Amino acid sequence: MSTRLATGGRLVNKARAMEFTFNGKRLRGFEGDTLASALLANDQMLVGRSFKYHRPRGIVASGAEEPNALVNMGREETFEPNQRATTTELFDGLRATSQNHFPSLEFDVGAINSKLARFLPAGFYYKMFIHPRPLWKHVYEPFIRKSAGLGKAPRDRDQDKYEHLYAFYDVVVIGGGIAGLLAAKAAGEAGVKVLLMEQTAHWGGRALVDTGTVNQMPVDKFVDETVSTLADMPNVTMRLRMMGAGVYDHGYLLGYERVSDHSPSKNTPRHRLWRIRAKQIVTATGAIERPLSFAGNDIPGVMLASAVRDYVANYGVSIGDRTVVVTNNDDAYQTAIAMKNAGLDVPLIVDARANGGGALAQEARDMGIRVENGKGISKVKGGKRVTGVAICSQAGEGMPLEEVACDVVAMSGGWSPVVHLWSHCGGKLIWDEAQAMFRPDPEKAPTGAQGEGFVSVAGSANGAMDLADIVSDAVSAGRAAAKETGGKPKTTKAPEASSPKMAAMEPIWLMPQGANIKLRSKSWLDYQNDVKVSDVQLAAREGFESVEHAKRYTTLGMATDQGKLSNINGLAILSDALNQPIPQTGTTTFRPPYTPISMAAIAGEARGPIFQPLRRTPMHDWHEENGAYWEPVGQWRRPYCFRKTPGEDIETAVKREINQTRSSLGLLDASTLGKLIVKGPDAGKFLDMLYTNMMSTLKPGRCRYGLMCNENGFLTDDGVVARIDEDTFLCHTTTGGADSIHAHMEDWLQCEWWDWKVYVANVTEQYAQVAVVGPNARKTLEKLTKDDLSAEAIPFMAWQDIQFGDINARVYRISFSGELSYEIAVPASQGRAFWDQLLEAGAEFGVMPYGTEALHVMRAEKGFIMIGDETDGTVIPQDLGLDWAISKKKEDYLGKRAQTRSHMSDSNRWKLVGLETVDGSVLPDGAYCTAEGTNENGQRNVQGRVTSTYYSPTLDRGIAMGLIKHGPDRMGEVLEFPKTDGTVIKAKIVNPVFYDSEGEKQNV
Amino acid sequence: MSSAVSALGGARYEGYVRVEEQGLRGMITLRGDLNSAKMKKAVLDVTGVKLPKQREILHEGDKAVAWMSPDELLVMVPYDAVSETLASLEKALKGNHFLAVIVSDARAVFCLSGDDVREIVAKLCPVDMAPTTFAPGQIRRTRMAQIAAAFWMTSEKQIEIVCFRSVAQYAFDLLKDAAEPRGEVGAFL
Repeated sequence: MSTRLATGGRLVNKARAMEFTFNGKRLRGFEGDTLASALLANDQMLVGRSFKYHRPRGIVASGAEEPNALVNMGREETFEPNQRATTTELFDGLRATSQNHFPSLEFDVGAINSKLARFLPAGFYYKMFIHPRPLWKHVYEPFIRKSAGLGKAPRDRDQDKYEHLYAFYDVVVIGGGIAGLLAAKAAGEAGVKVLLMEQTAHWGGRALVDTGTVNQMPVDKFVDETVSTLADMPNVTMRLRMMGAGVYDHGYLLGYERVSDHSPSKNTPRHRLWRIRAKQIVTATGAIERPLSFAGNDIPGVMLASAVRDYVANYGVSIGDRTVVVTNNDDAYQTAIAMKNAGLDVPLIVDARANGGGALAQEARDMGIRVENGKGISKVKGGKRVTGVAICSQAGEGMPLEEVACDVVAMSGGWSPVVHLWSHCGGKLIWDEAQAMFRPDPEKAPTGAQGEGFVSVAGSANGAMDLADIVSDAVSAGRAAAKETGGKPKTTKAPEASSPKMAAMEPIWLMPQGANIKLRSKSWLDYQNDVKVSDVQLAAREGFESVEHAKRYTTLGMATDQGKLSNINGLAILSDALNQPIPQTGTTTFRPPYTPISMAAIAGEARGPIFQPLRRTPMHDWHEENGAYWEPVGQWRRPYCFRKTPGEDIETAVKREINQTRSSLGLLDASTLGKLIVKGPDAGKFLDMLYTNMMSTLKPGRCRYGLMCNENGFLTDDGVVARIDEDTFLCHTTTGGADSIHAHMEDWLQCEWWDWKVYVANVTEQYAQVAVVGPNARKTLEKLTKDDLSAEAIPFMAWQDIQFGDINARVYRISFSGELSYEIAVPASQGRAFWDQLLEAGAEFGVMPYGTEALHVMRAEKGFIMIGDETDGTVIPQDLGLDWAISKKKEDYLGKRAQTRSHMSDSNRWKLVGLETVDGSVLPDGAYCTAEGTNENGQRNVQGRVTSTYYSPTLDRGIAMGLIKHGPDRMGEVLEFPKTDGTVIKAKIVNPVFYDSEGEKQNV
Repeated sequence: MSSAVSALGGARYEGYVRVEEQGLRGMITLRGDLNSAKMKKAVLDVTGVKLPKQREILHEGDKAVAWMSPDELLVMVPYDAVSETLASLEKALKGNHFLAVIVSDARAVFCLSGDDVREIVAKLCPVDMAPTTFAPGQIRRTRMAQIAAAFWMTSEKQIEIVCFRSVAQYAFDLLKDAAEPRGEVGAFL
């Protein structure tokens, strides 16, 4: 059983106990524990069930590479699945539950799959469920989806806070082990700005657990010294609990800082995503120990050798009393020695190398540990926990020679440099034959904008496995990176390090090398996705020769750990099956993030009230207080209508607003309309090019409605243009068009007509704009000013500056409703004050603020088009009968040439008409008008569609506009519009102007 | 102008940095040839402030001029003085091709004050806020989360931010969120 030792554990504070629960069981750990070490201290080796076969799974590793110990954390609004116990720091009150089992961790029904493993090989799902086709969607998929996935999805909204931080550095060093510390120090000493990040809560990394000295000092003392030197350097920023998540183009780097995962508190940001621009990145990300592939290597109690000694050294936790070490290298001997030093039993070291190890092996022997060279593990005994191992000859097929009782198997298949961050942005790898590892190819670094490498690697991530090599590699990497960014590196000697000399390792991809199928089908490669040696071999036999194909077929390396332990072993097996060298097989692609990061960290602050900006007009608060039923228009909110009482239905409200406006007085908040000032000697010429009609002939003081098209001739925006003076125009755009039309103007001015003397300014938000509409509009305004508002002073389509008390206003006599109407622009800061004055002055006329729906209905009654209703990006002004607004005199305007293309001038284009239902009902929006016959797909032919449709309170009937083939030539014809319920509405083609076609009302 | 009010009426939040909406400020967008002697003279004569260079903002008493683009300046004066300033500029530049419009009411202005003001901006804007890169006298036009914004430092412990008036509430909420106690990063110590 695993337990806490009486002594040891350099990271835990035994003076501070912490309570936590696992599957509801109350357990105790110490400050400084990870969840994994605390579970092990409580003999909780079994932490989950495997994905496919539901096999019992225990903790394998001690860091980010852990594939098994994924747990559900927290509950309700703090619930989060798939949290890695080995990288979760323990805190008081932590709640964790295990995953992927039913009904319980100890007794799991799904474990039957393990018995059926013979029938569930790689590709099982593809082969089994492909026929018959229809069953996939309705039977197989729902079933498989239900049984798939490890953790549960959270049900509640996340209560925590997350944020971003933008940061800029010359050199960023990722990894705070001895290599990272030294690289950062070397760069810092060169005077450049440095960020050093470490994903765990401690500096120093593995070197603290392993044997060695630097500058004749024990490693821990040297690390402390280096950390304090770095802390004193003003140009070096150091962050713990921050992982280098991804490296992207142009030195963009994501740092994932787990600010308060270790001590949750409601107001502290939980995660902070650092969005970094680095001139040079040094990855000092270390190396990960590889498992060995032998039968039963997934039974709880089989762990990485390095992890076994980590738990003893860092947390004072022993995994068991009797540890068998199995290895192909010298490094793992350190585990045996550490166990022995901790007073634990090491009955045997199984060294697969025929000639065995070097100095460390001798040391182990001297301590009285039995070492067997050229041997392997034939099979691990045990179910939910290791009980022993059967030893065999590595060269053979697995015939057991003897059985050794033990409760821990510490395995080491060598080390793989963590090359992920190097590879994210295109860094290439080379195969190091001697150390049997892929390591970064210094000749093929990820390159920046100038083709220069911007990532370098330091320490064991670079394949340097000996402490002295690691130290010198790190110092030179740090110096080189600093030099690239303009620093002046020191030239003093690097610190001197020494560590036991290691004998050469020997690649062992399968144990024993001739293992039979029975053993191979119990030799796990990928613990999390349940992929075994036999699965990869099957994939190769079935023709999945590309590593990417084999990966997808077997799901090797596709789990949340992205194959940190399994990839190299898997592709070695694949290479062997394909009878080709490993580099020829190659690796799969390394993609960010290094380990999964929270979705909320990516969203950052963008949630709740600040999920998106919401634009408010100066009268927004009044609307809100007065029953506005909101409609989103771009990022604005505009009142669709105002409900007089909370219970009033919106149809009634719209009807009330229209009737009162047409009969007396309405007010519309039109502040969102785009307002662009266009000024300069060439402004008239410029607007003549932008609008289809002539603007240069407009007289100062007057307004003109204009249409804007893109180069393809399609109508994109419309609005009223007012000429302010000889050189200056004010262009009104649609609400949604304000920014895009401004950009459109700048585009043409900056890129095409850069020599024209025109400046544009977007003054949309400078003004609050109110439309005062209805027969009593003038009377109301006259109460507020002494200035002349008569038809003579401000005729229809004219403007005037008017003083309303202390408010300077510009009054435009324009109408989108067909009524007498003034659109009045006032400084936004006085918008609310002006609105309040209008409400007071209009009270005697029953003033009625109205919303966008009333605006829409009233414009439709007048046959005015709306951009976005009558247009959809494929409609030209000619389709809408707007030929009157297209100048024939102008030599050119944007869209003119396009509009002469044969398809654009085709008389068969659908054209705008009014539609009047025969029974007075309202046509459905977007309804198609059917024609005789069917098309080649067997669908009914169509000859037009509805673009706008409303109930008109003024006419008390449904009115609509639509685009109909040859429409204007077919006045009076009755057409059919099928509804989705199968019934058909009949409507007559009429003139689109339903109301006051002479325009008498607006022109009084 | 008694009836003129700023977007948030001086809203204020005390976090680990103070966030405060400022009152109305007179602002003029001035576009023209920034290299011409006439423009330099007009700006100096009317505002008493020299014409700023690229990414610079220059202050003189209650007036300031900021560089916004190669052909655009932002002239800042007290709110009540803006019409008069506009008229003076128009007079001084008469006969030249230029554009000058009042934008005072199109804006909201915020002031951050405290030891960690740089950090608040760094949480929201993709700008290098390190003291070696950004200091009083400079201006940045950029993105603050999802909106356009510009900012400058009036002292080592104060940053002023301008954005569009319609998104004043969003801007305030963003700054407030970033300035909440316990969110300290310590990135610019």
